[in-house]
Amino acid sequence: MADGTLEKHLRERRDAGRKLLVPYITAGYPKDNWTRLVEGMAGAGADAIEIGIPFSDPVMDGPTIQESSTRALADGITPGLAFDGVSRLDIDVPLVAMTYYNICFRMGHERFAQSLKKAGFAAAILPDLPLEEAGEWAEVADVEGIETVMLAAPTASDERLPLVVERARGFVYGVGLVGITGERNELAASALKMASRLKAITDKPVLIGVGVSTPEQAAQLAEVADGVIVGSAVIRQILDTGSIDAAIDFVGSLRRGLDGD
Amino acid sequence: MGEPDDSGRFGRFGGRFVPETLVPACQELEQGFREAWSDDSFRREFEDLLQNYAGRPSPMTECSNLSNELGVRILLKREDLNHTGSHKINNVLGQTLLAKRMGKNRIVAETGAGQHGVATATAAAYFGQECVVYMGEVDVRRQALNVYRMELLGAEVRTAMSGSRTLKDAVNEAMRDWVASVESSYYCLGSVMGPHPYPWMVREFHRVLGEEALAQSKTMLNGDVPDVVVACVGGGSNAIGIFSGFVDTRSELVGVEPAGGAAVGRAVPGVVHGSLSYLMQDEFGQVNEAQSVSAGLDYPGVGPEHSHLADIGRARYEAVTDRQVLDAFSLLSRSEGIIPALEPSHALAWVVRCKAELQGKTVLINLSGRGDKDVAQVQAIQAGDPLALETVDFSTELEGS
Ligand SMILES: Cc1ncc(COP(=O)(O)O)c(C=O)c1O
Repeated sequence: MADGTLEKHLRERRDAGRKLLVPYITAGYPKDNWTRLVEGMAGAGADAIEIGIPFSDPVMDGPTIQESSTRALADGITPGLAFDGVSRLDIDVPLVAMTYYNICFRMGHERFAQSLKKAGFAAAILPDLPLEEAGEWAEVADVEGIETVMLAAPTASDERLPLVVERARGFVYGVGLVGITGERNELAASALKMASRLKAITDKPVLIGVGVSTPEQAAQLAEVADGVIVGSAVIRQILDTGSIDAAIDFVGSLRRGLDGD
Repeated sequence: MGEPDDSGRFGRFGGRFVPETLVPACQELEQGFREAWSDDSFRREFEDLLQNYAGRPSPMTECSNLSNELGVRILLKREDLNHTGSHKINNVLGQTLLAKRMGKNRIVAETGAGQHGVATATAAAYFGQECVVYMGEVDVRRQALNVYRMELLGAEVRTAMSGSRTLKDAVNEAMRDWVASVESSYYCLGSVMGPHPYPWMVREFHRVLGEEALAQSKTMLNGDVPDVVVACVGGGSNAIGIFSGFVDTRSELVGVEPAGGAAVGRAVPGVVHGSLSYLMQDEFGQVNEAQSVSAGLDYPGVGPEHSHLADIGRARYEAVTDRQVLDAFSLLSRSEGIIPALEPSHALAWVVRCKAELQGKTVLINLSGRGDKDVAQVQAIQAGDPLALETVDFSTELEGS
């Protein structure tokens, strides 16, 4: 099924005037209730949810997400257990898997895509699989009905950006700054610039992530972008309080920030 | 040895598996290296540095005592005599010269044993570049002297606290730094690994080692080449350097990995740190932690060209245990008055183990570095210091050991 469940869903909501919110969580963190966290975030107004499948060497991630991955791995999470947890979820918000390419490569492209599909994922993000290397995987994913979200970075030239956008399915993930994931006090100017560069060349949903940390930053960014992805700031709530409730409340506050109430 | 294909592959290995943010930087680097490498003035400047700063050519030494003891004629390529004490300086002078040419004044590097870090800090001091070196916490402890050396040379050493806290994690931290600083920084990778063009470029900078060794062998062996050329393999830069001189000759090529870090030996391909190559990993694709007494070989991956050479059968890869390595370390010290680094002690350990098979043959060992940095660690291991014993595995035994 290559009908683009995720893209269709996001387009409809955007076209109805809604600003899109995609929070991130790490599968297996916290060990006992990460699936309840996903359900809670869906209830708190997420338009899609990104679920990280932990990898031992996450080079795109800063200390906060690294910490959640390390803990989840220590608690025994595996790709299979992550799929299993996801397949039991009862939500109507599309799910996006985020992991590093070796997890997919080790399993084999077809088996990985089919496992994602069977678990109920709509899409996948592989941050260390850039355009030049993505071809084989992305074709398999297209056939299996998994949308491959591509990352667009501020370092891309005006010649490169359209090529990345062209290969993107689901939405275009604009990287908000030159750097790795993590909370930032200020919204980087590069985030707004990335959003406007992407909006100028595509009608696909444009979401900006990496370094988006507060409801105010989300709202400011959504004036240009179609929406935001928030990861480290969500995980931070759980690391600090030891409870998923704070993270769910935080997603609610991001929602209200985007809705302007 | 030729260039990789357009996608940076040697056979089925290699490529450029990096975050999108870094792709333009890799392309720019490839372009920059291509231009520099075909520019005579760059080549002349590089050769001048190798000769007058690093002390090349390094000699080749015939080991009569050891040859008598083993029944194998042993020649050593003396990379231990280079400035900073290992082969690493070749690559580093090439890359820092390239960074200067490309207008990047901040150099980022990872280090395991500290040799690449020391070499990078040295070159950065020479060129007046800012230098940040990432080093795993375990290595900071077992190679304390090299940490101080880097600081003395004006570099900032940052301790990598994630994962196994060794070379693998130092690479992760250096890559994260590079992702965030790519516009102003140059990433000086220390081996023939990483995304294209690094495996190719680093090999080219080490080619001098193989070219010298070929000419020196011919002089010493009346126009012939050694029967076997052997080198230790961490990421694989000293091995690829010496192999490059002999790949088109009849010499057999042998790479030696630590038993606890044998990526080629396990022969499972995977992707980490920018390239597809053999990789130690579990059934799910999580990268395993390597274990080796030598910090410089404590790495779960290997450069893609080695995977290719193994694949096509041009080189073979063998493993040795920590105990065999420590024995070889003492053996060379006593028999020839040369204290080797623990890394090339692996190459000698393999020769010692296989001496029956090698009787009467001529074997060239790449002595990639000197052992000064390792003396304190080995002394502590021999004295039974519990912290030092954590760095060594005496339980692994190999067939035929
Ligand atoms: C003396 C010496 N030899 C070998 C190595 C391993 O690196 P490579 O396999 O790239 O030669 C190191 C790494 O630190 C080293 O210091």
